Amino acid sequence: MKRDIEDATSISAEDLGKLTKEAAAEATPSRARIMWGEFKADKPAMVSLFVLIFFILFVIIASLFINTPKMIQTNLMGYYAKPFTPEYWLGADSGGRSIAKELIVGSRNSISIAIGLTIISSTFGICWGLVSGYFGGMVDLAMQRVYDFMMIIPMLMTIIVIVTIIPHYNAITLTLILSIFYWMGTSRLIRSRTLAESQKDYVAASKTSGTSNLKIIFREIMPNISSLIIVDTTLSFAENIGVETGLSFLGFGLPMGTPSLGTLIANANDPENITGYWWTWLPAALEIIILCLSISYVGQVMRRATNAAQRRGNEKN
Amino acid sequence: MWKTILRRVLIMIPELIILSILVFLLAKAMPGDPFTGSINPKADPAQIHHLMEIHGLYDPWYQQYWNWVVHLFHGDLGMSYEYQEPVVTLIQQRGANTLWLALFTMVLTYVIGLPLGLYAAHHEGKLQDTLVRVYTYVTMSIPFFVVLVLGIWIFGYALNWFPTSGSVSATASGLGATTMSRLGHIILPGLLGALFGTVNIVQYLRSEVIDAKHSDYVRTARSKGVPMKDIYRHHIFRNSLLPIAAFAGYSITGLLGGSIFTEMVFSYPGMGLLFLNAINFRDYTVITALVLLYGFLNLMGTLLSDIVLSIVDPRVRIE
Repeated sequence: MKRDIEDATSISAEDLGKLTKEAAAEATPSRARIMWGEFKADKPAMVSLFVLIFFILFVIIASLFINTPKMIQTNLMGYYAKPFTPEYWLGADSGGRSIAKELIVGSRNSISIAIGLTIISSTFGICWGLVSGYFGGMVDLAMQRVYDFMMIIPMLMTIIVIVTIIPHYNAITLTLILSIFYWMGTSRLIRSRTLAESQKDYVAASKTSGTSNLKIIFREIMPNISSLIIVDTTLSFAENIGVETGLSFLGFGLPMGTPSLGTLIANANDPENITGYWWTWLPAALEIIILCLSISYVGQVMRRATNAAQRRGNEKN
Repeated sequence: MWKTILRRVLIMIPELIILSILVFLLAKAMPGDPFTGSINPKADPAQIHHLMEIHGLYDPWYQQYWNWVVHLFHGDLGMSYEYQEPVVTLIQQRGANTLWLALFTMVLTYVIGLPLGLYAAHHEGKLQDTLVRVYTYVTMSIPFFVVLVLGIWIFGYALNWFPTSGSVSATASGLGATTMSRLGHIILPGLLGALFGTVNIVQYLRSEVIDAKHSDYVRTARSKGVPMKDIYRHHIFRNSLLPIAAFAGYSITGLLGGSIFTEMVFSYPGMGLLFLNAINFRDYTVITALVLLYGFLNLMGTLLSDIVLSIVDPRVRIE
């Protein structure tokens, strides 16, 4: 009798290895794996992802080799130089500045600001949403009032007014100013998910066993909604590229002398430029379109990966 | 029902007060004074000082704020330093332009968005659905000002189909010609705004209709033998369209925000362009009035939407 049980419970090393493999194959794959699988299943997504990574790296590295102060100097010889010449790949603007160089430095500036803005505003929005959704009651009510108020502020106008008030600002201050106004979308999304999440049993159990609120919020709830956070952050990154470039386009973004994709597109505000010297603004416009489309496509694919019903990555299994 | 509305209105009041203080202080904090540049370069500093005193610009801010609010309630938003006209008159002239453009865009947005959403839901999972999804993805991702620039370049300058600046052409005379000219000036910006502003409507309507398609009442109707066409017309659409109506209020916010870009690109003399000019000339009175007005309109928009929603969907009502 005893031998029988021992026989049944003891497993040879070979079997153990086999079983482990089987279990690993059956287990829910990690989130990163799911996302990667999703990208592998969707060729355009893969292309977007690589275009993005390659482009951002290219812009950062190439801009290191460009002498910015020299680049923004006027050079009369190059006055509206035509594009596709060895000296001016993409032509030059009214100041004889090379559009190709401005484009690279401008892209770096615009992308850096968008990344900074996304990190700051998303972090704030996520914390706001988590706290508001988790505590509920009066805390939530008070925080919701602040949120409501932020929503009625005419954002663009207020940002323009603030930018005109501050005498000397740079890319960092601009990012901070913008961050004040772009956390609400994230916070609302996170709040509603946290509300649902904090009703669940594991939160109640954790509370009963005396875990601190802070730990429950950031170590238990946040990991559970992390896929939502990743998706939302990616999508807001695409949106944020439009924020700074839009402001710079209006003339209230990056200060003079700091090129941005928006200031390049602003060349189109001159009726003569827009038709006669299309190379001064069109490349920047096309670049923004391609950037935003690929970022948000990557975001869409990530969103699909978080929703098991819509996934394409596991069709092969 | 009334409780919900009353509560919403009561919440509005402190929001408006805070907004007005904020706006007022921001405008005060702007550098420069409205007189130094505008009179003439040789103006006597003493004269400027005198002007500042007459306009009460040396009073403490709360005093100035109070005066401003009292005047506000008398319908007096002050004089524009730049245009030498009452701000109210200025806003009336420019506001009408912005309003027409916004209304036109909104109507077009619904005209394009509703059929697209229904169409996508009708063909759920098929090629047509995918095409609509690609359309919403593209329009949602691209920053709107880039669209405007490309639009005015292609259709305004290159093809010369639409005028590229102003709100009405100078040569148009008579009511008919003026109206047509006005319409001609808002078609392109309106169309672009509508084409790139349908995302919410299309996505919401699509998911609503798809939900409804699989609901019990539709199955009941089908099993009774009601033709699918009638089910769509009498059951599904009616249920799905109502919440969409509530979006109108929210979309005001978006339209107003976008009006600055649209009006700048199309040199369309509306409130957005007025605001940009006022910023450049440090025209405080116009700036404060416009920011406050936009804030107020945002508030009315959300209020309207909330009320419509609470009529349509009793679940959001506050008891």
